[in-house]
Amino acid sequence: MDTGTFRGIITGLLILAFAGITWWAYSKRRKPDFDEAAHLPFAEDDDEFANRDKSASQNGADSRKRYSSKNKGDRNT
Amino acid sequence: MSTALEHPTYNYKVVRQFAIMTVVWGIVGMTLGVILAAQLVWPQLNLDLPWTSFGRLRPLHTNAVIFAFGGSALFATSYYVVQRTCQTRLWSDKLAAFTFWGWQAVILSAVITLPLGYTTTKEYAELEWPINILIAVVWVTYALVFLMTIKQRKTSHIYVANWFFAAFILTVAVLHIVNNAAIPVTAMYSISIYSGAIDAMVQWWYGHNAVGFFLTAGFLGMMYYFVPKQAERPVYSYRLSIVHFWALIMVYMWAGPHHLHYTALPNWAQSLGMIMSIILLAPSWGGMINGMMTLSGAWHKLRTDPTLRFLVVALSFYGMSTFEGPMMAVKTVNALSHYTDWTIGHVHAGALGWVAMITIGSMYHLIPRLFGRTEMHSVSLIAVHFWLATIGTVLYIASMWVNGILQGLMWRAINPDGTLMYTFIESVEASGPGYIVRLIGGLCWVVGMLIMAYNVTMTVKRGEGARQPLPQTA
Repeated sequence: MDTGTFRGIITGLLILAFAGITWWAYSKRRKPDFDEAAHLPFAEDDDEFANRDKSASQNGADSRKRYSSKNKGDRNT
Repeated sequence: MSTALEHPTYNYKVVRQFAIMTVVWGIVGMTLGVILAAQLVWPQLNLDLPWTSFGRLRPLHTNAVIFAFGGSALFATSYYVVQRTCQTRLWSDKLAAFTFWGWQAVILSAVITLPLGYTTTKEYAELEWPINILIAVVWVTYALVFLMTIKQRKTSHIYVANWFFAAFILTVAVLHIVNNAAIPVTAMYSISIYSGAIDAMVQWWYGHNAVGFFLTAGFLGMMYYFVPKQAERPVYSYRLSIVHFWALIMVYMWAGPHHLHYTALPNWAQSLGMIMSIILLAPSWGGMINGMMTLSGAWHKLRTDPTLRFLVVALSFYGMSTFEGPMMAVKTVNALSHYTDWTIGHVHAGALGWVAMITIGSMYHLIPRLFGRTEMHSVSLIAVHFWLATIGTVLYIASMWVNGILQGLMWRAINPDGTLMYTFIESVEASGPGYIVRLIGGLCWVVGMLIMAYNVTMTVKRGEGARQPLPQTA
């Protein structure tokens, strides 16, 4: 086997691996796990508040935050 | 730093240190850029001294903005994000502190050695061998701290931002060590172990992957945490993030030869680099679309939240420059654009528009939280900074497009008898107005960064003041 054939096979294997990753990522079984993973940045919001400057609670951004934390669903209206 | 700010679980100290240094090095690096832009308008500004000449300050500018500003931002955000999404403290406080002081030592040695003229002459890898060894040690320590923190995570999943950070850290370690392999001759002089076309190919394999992994994968990690946080909704498609991650990782490695079109590099390697660069559009836009769509249903927040505006405009510039890049990698386009100011404009569309804007947006989210506050000292100053940065970037890119196309067309213009229509100096003279506009764009950026420094200082002071048992007047 010459180098060119070997490289061709490697490229083919990489394409198959990528197709496999895509199939895996888009399979229905992964959905609940991915939803859980996607919420990881929001897992510790309470802790963040405990560590915060209470004096700024009238602050606009803070109230926006509290408002939206009750509305995790899509508010595309 | 007040000990009252210590988080019960997480190591925020190292994050705070890197976050503050991000602002400091941002000002230093961008000021150097403005000095260089001014030297191109008024060459006398090099003061006729070797230490302040363009050739020595230019690598200092690139090292300061990429590795000092961008690097500190990546350390700060990766340490913050990995702790919060893995819900565990950094694996080792001592080693994390070592990465901070080690990285600052690297930057200081660059500030000293580059103006003195010590250079390997490799672009974006100019630092000489003793500094390279220090970089390698600091970087391997960084990889160890980051990966061991992921290993001891309390969550079952590894959040996608950490995948991007991990890929960035591992790849940069490999790139740095391979490209800087050299034989030391004296204490501050070494010779690369590669030669000829191989040396050029290794250099641009490194150079383009520095763009792909340092300036893209790392900052995408930042994007995947701070955009959802600031928009207060999870990422649009977690599946897309996985697919475009692997596509990006697999394809970026091959794009380097587009820096060497029409050189001694074998033609097949040039064509391969061109094709891979075009394919790169897909995974790049995958990330851009994923970030943008995260805002669906939250677009109204842009009216009131300048931090989110920074993050979204960063994504727009990312989309724009990852379209421009593949286009410029096409050989026929490159025949016009290469060696002109268009390339510099393209780099800054990515560096200012994407890297700096996503960093600044992330810092405006991060810094108040690190200092026990909910919001920056002044939200309206964030808005001022946003407009200065946006206008500065647009001025910069537009002037370099005009200059680049002008230069490219002038250099290739031929008289009927086959001689060149213009001398090189005529194209330099024609570039003058563009250089002035670029200087104004750069000044907008530095003023914006100074405003940020004031805002950050006030936020830190108020954050520490808020710890005192005094009645607060809001």
